[in-house]
Amino acid sequence: MASEQITGAQALIRSLELENVEVIFGLPGGCILPAYDPLLESKIRHILVRHEQGAGHMAEGYAHVSGRPGVAMVTSGPAATNMVTPLCDAYMDSIPMVCITGQVSTTAIGTDAFQECDTVGITRSVTKHNELIMSAQDIPRAVREAFHIATTGRPGPVLLDVPKDVLQNKMDWYWPETLDLPGYNPVMHGDPAAIRKAAELIMASERPVLYVGGGILKARAAEALRELADMIDAPVVTTLMARGAFPDSHPNCLGMPGMHGTAAATTAMQKSDLLINLGARFDDRITGKTSGFAPEAKIIHADIDPAEQGKVRRPDVPIVGDCRLIIEELIVALRELRGNGAVQADISAWKSRISGWREQFPLTYDPHVPGDKLKPQQCLQALRDSAPADTILVSGVGQHQMWCSQFWRFDEPYTWVNSGGLGTMGFSIPAAIGAKVAFPDKTVWAIDGDGCFQMTAQELVTASIEKIPVKVGILNNSYLGMVRQWQEMFYDERYSETELGNEIPNFVKWAEAMGCVGIRVDSPEEVQPAIDLANSINDRPVVVDFRTDASENVFPMVPAGFSNDNLLVHPSQEARREFLR
Amino acid sequence: MTENIEIYRNVGLPEHHILSVLVENKAGVLARVAGLFARRGYNIFSLAVAPSENPRFSRITIVADAESAPLEQVTKQLFKLIDVVEIKELAQFDSVARELLLATVSATAATRGQVTELVTIFEGKIVAVGTDALTVSLDGHPNKLDDFEELLRVYGIVELQRTGRIALPKLVRERNRVTQSTRGEAS
Repeated sequence: MASEQITGAQALIRSLELENVEVIFGLPGGCILPAYDPLLESKIRHILVRHEQGAGHMAEGYAHVSGRPGVAMVTSGPAATNMVTPLCDAYMDSIPMVCITGQVSTTAIGTDAFQECDTVGITRSVTKHNELIMSAQDIPRAVREAFHIATTGRPGPVLLDVPKDVLQNKMDWYWPETLDLPGYNPVMHGDPAAIRKAAELIMASERPVLYVGGGILKARAAEALRELADMIDAPVVTTLMARGAFPDSHPNCLGMPGMHGTAAATTAMQKSDLLINLGARFDDRITGKTSGFAPEAKIIHADIDPAEQGKVRRPDVPIVGDCRLIIEELIVALRELRGNGAVQADISAWKSRISGWREQFPLTYDPHVPGDKLKPQQCLQALRDSAPADTILVSGVGQHQMWCSQFWRFDEPYTWVNSGGLGTMGFSIPAAIGAKVAFPDKTVWAIDGDGCFQMTAQELVTASIEKIPVKVGILNNSYLGMVRQWQEMFYDERYSETELGNEIPNFVKWAEAMGCVGIRVDSPEEVQPAIDLANSINDRPVVVDFRTDASENVFPMVPAGFSNDNLLVHPSQEARREFLR
Repeated sequence: MTENIEIYRNVGLPEHHILSVLVENKAGVLARVAGLFARRGYNIFSLAVAPSENPRFSRITIVADAESAPLEQVTKQLFKLIDVVEIKELAQFDSVARELLLATVSATAATRGQVTELVTIFEGKIVAVGTDALTVSLDGHPNKLDDFEELLRVYGIVELQRTGRIALPKLVRERNRVTQSTRGEAS
């Protein structure tokens, strides 16, 4: 059979189609131009962004909620460097993503040509893998490998750098049926001996906590987790990356632990005798000062990435593998132990102790005082109570992010999208657009701070033109709120460069200029009508500018560098602080 | 003067980890490996890279400073690189290591005889002769090269270049388990 000769660009687009890519977020330019031509004939949708960073975060948002790899395509040089932040963000949060960048022609590489940069060199430490494709013949193989690597094992971003002449050159079309990656074989099943040992520890524990991380969502393991949690009836804490992996409405769910976690979740971990870590990584925002973290706890650590085990806290039982398979294997092992007559230790005293913490230290804030600015939390609660059940919530980074995690109610997996590891301000608007593209029928609310909004708001132009009706709620306190909070608490209220300006910009006019509906909310009476109006609009994006109280701080809080024993509760709960012992 | 010279130093705790890393022979692999060490704050003491018995793969011998580089994290992080196929940690006494040294040494009429004698004792070679200097070469265990270098210094070393260590596991005869090999646990 005579082979079919096509260009590298055609091979690239055809390879993406064969990987079932339905949408590319991108922006064309000189070196990637050849790839944009066959795109005109492709069934793949392209969403033209206003800044390459937006394309990257959209791909992330899409991947977050759908579990499918997000695809971004941009040109060389400045476009590639604009992609570094989303790549790093996706790397930190293990988001499957494939990024294609144009590169100057192979003959010009190394000559400091126009819009040349060392893209693979720059992105090496922020990608799971990357490759400079030097021959058109390599394109199908490289694309196939990129999607395989991005989506298997611990997911992550993969970048393919494609020189312009490689896109223009002819190649003999093929599609590789098999992969040949001798250095890449992710372990999926847990070691049976480790599973057994873990099951024995669980049976013997009097103060267990299921410490659940983003790995549960990556492994599509929420259902299995539910079964395990109900089987052992243990309390569950869900990290920032795992909100929704276990329902907040479940009586055993303690919410988020850590720096701004609930007092019950943070303290339960701290006093536990067994932390069952499923797909979490002992991040410093969870552990506080590591030497003082959960001093009496034995550790079971299930993670698909062996390098996470022992990186921060030495596990008593490390289990390398896929979280869903490990949980299922644990359930079998626990059943076997029970079948042999073993009885789980009594954890009722532990659970009643935790109930006491939950009753004494609920999440709270000072009520709104008439005449004052709105409380950000009251806006969020109103939004939450009016949102359809399967609403996807996307946040930026800062105080509003923590309030989202605290005051929203996450009962379904894949309804929460945020930038956890890298903490990328400006994440929410493009990520929300990506999420809405994946699920056009779901309501997508982006909750943003006024600082974050000003970093990536221009993507609302993309949303208007591409008819992606996301909703944006700005918790606008005219400050870089989280930094302001640290300056208040740890820098003697010396506010250095955190005030952003009170009436500038005019967010309503800005929203309208971008083709969105803009609504401003100053008083409590305006909150619900504005939310109802926003929820009723489905033909264009909406921006609601909630004017909120800048003096509001996020509590509880563990000051950076301190042990979780030093948790600061809300001032109104300070009198009963001793009860946390 | 060969094998017996290899084992009289570095008894106690190892100052270095010796890692033999099999990688895909592709552009940029060395940069990936070196970049990983730099990014995580691990110091590389010496490094040697060349094709292995299979042209598809190269073998990198990395000697890492044990204090800055916790072995477990180094190997686990290295394994995350897609192009890394196999890692062996070579223990001091369970491996054979070699290094090559080239040195140009001052050798005047008065000292030339002594330098030549030193080269003969160490079973080295004289590879170039100048009017008042000699370029000598020596291959062997790095400890042997250290000694040679120290003795050459007396005469004045003009220039010196060492290759970095290459190593392979010792062949097993009576004792078992010479290497800790990990394969296929990347993610």
